[in-house]
Amino acid sequence: MTIFIHELKMKLRSVLVWSFSITALLILFASIFGTVAEEMDLLNEVLANYPPELLAAFGWDNMDMGTVLGFFAFAFSFIQIMISIQAANYGYSLVSVEERELTADFLLAKPLPRRKILTSKLLAALAALWITFAVLCIVSVIAVNGYAEGRSYDGGTLAKVLSSVLFLQLFFLMGGLAVSLLLKKVPSVISISLGTVFGMYVLAAFGSGMGEDTVDYLTPFKHFEATEIVRTGQFDLPKISISIAVIVIAAIASYLLYQRRDIPTV
Amino acid sequence: MPIIEINNLSKYYGKARGIVDVSMTVEEGEIFGFIGPNGAGKSTTIRLLLSLIYPTSGSAKVFGKDAIQHGPEIREDIGYLPSEVFYYDKMKVIDLLNYSASFYKKDCSQRIKELAEIMELDLKRRIDDLSYGNKKKVGIVQGLLHSPKLIILDEPTAGLDPLMQQRFFDLIADENEKGATVFFSSHILGEVQRLCNRVAIIREGEIVTVEDIKTLRHNNYKKIAITGEALDSSIFNIDGATNLTQVDGSVNFFFKGDINQVTRLLSAQTITDVLIEEPTLEEIFMHYYA
Repeated sequence: MTIFIHELKMKLRSVLVWSFSITALLILFASIFGTVAEEMDLLNEVLANYPPELLAAFGWDNMDMGTVLGFFAFAFSFIQIMISIQAANYGYSLVSVEERELTADFLLAKPLPRRKILTSKLLAALAALWITFAVLCIVSVIAVNGYAEGRSYDGGTLAKVLSSVLFLQLFFLMGGLAVSLLLKKVPSVISISLGTVFGMYVLAAFGSGMGEDTVDYLTPFKHFEATEIVRTGQFDLPKISISIAVIVIAAIASYLLYQRRDIPTV
Repeated sequence: MPIIEINNLSKYYGKARGIVDVSMTVEEGEIFGFIGPNGAGKSTTIRLLLSLIYPTSGSAKVFGKDAIQHGPEIREDIGYLPSEVFYYDKMKVIDLLNYSASFYKKDCSQRIKELAEIMELDLKRRIDDLSYGNKKKVGIVQGLLHSPKLIILDEPTAGLDPLMQQRFFDLIADENEKGATVFFSSHILGEVQRLCNRVAIIREGEIVTVEDIKTLRHNNYKKIAITGEALDSSIFNIDGATNLTQVDGSVNFFFKGDINQVTRLLSAQTITDVLIEEPTLEEIFMHYYA
């Protein structure tokens, strides 16, 4: 329990910064919806001039920016990236930050099994992510209701779009943790997590742009594409199950790897 | 029952040697010194005892229990001071110590105050504002606050000024008197000599010898220095003499064996001065590494 509180305290500032950034981005988007909705014809004209591959790459090909949720989905792809970077940061640093700052010797010399240490740390990271998620949900609902100005939208679909975040958080948290435990030393958390998230995103964009379906299975951004959820009104279950499988495997691998890990020194 | 029992313990980091086939036991109530140069495998051995790393082969028991299987249980009664002290920079000293204490099943607040007073540690400072020596003090208090039965110290005195070193040694001696066993690694022989009952010497990952500190010093080695005109060092080149050197009129060497051999040789010489003394542990140590 003390580790949990300690870890959560250490993450508090980061949670505030991420929550604030996400809030700011949502407010920014909400403020331009009115203009976008009014100038839809003009926007469609502009978009029509772009090559269809490019539109597909960003998931803008089957999107209706003039509707409340269509526009939200457009904004939400950026939110997904931010949330994923935050989760990847926590995942990569969960264990490695103690090893890099050499506090691991302090913690692991205490009378606790490693399993418990890892669980406490994971729960603290999840709590931090879920606080961010709660802020995201509240701000999203307020923002959507604010800019909708009486236009109707399906609340269930909005909930589905928002809940995609929970999966992405787990995916990048557990994935980052597992990868960090496969490495002897994690060189730099920020660069590796930005690399992973943008790598996955570019892969998704590339796959869509090229019309390459196999890529769809590799990157979680294709499993939880907001514009797709809004268009179909539901999750793509086969694809989601891939993400879930990755999460489960990464979790099991993390516990096994950490149990037998040699804690590096200077 | 031995407090520490190490059996044929080996550790390789990939192909790099950590320690090779180390065996030794530390008895209850001992202050056991563990000496060797940097990179000899001292920290590796200690980190194996704490299961911070896992052995390639062999096993270690602490309090009669396997170090890996019963790790958490064993660590309840171990106080560990790592060679390099690093703590969460943004915390205050007192918060770090309370965090440390929270892992043990006893109330340590009183002991924290006592130890901080002895070591003159300001509990209200932030850790990243502390000097290296002060961080070391945090490490010492952190390692002793739960009154452990086994105290493991890895190069503990680096960064402490002589006064604090003395306080620290007194503290360790006190804990030892109260019944704690101490396992003390160092590359500074003077401090080991001062404190320890027995000592193991490790070199390139292997134990060279485990000896009583007294036998080690009274190993019949004599350090002999002779000054005189027209001395020829070669006449002292006898069995048992080592490290024979001559600088101008003075001859120095170590001798192990019947001292009469030397005195007989000396009586035939015209000398101005002679000094026969116990070598320091440092010099004995050099001998093991020669």
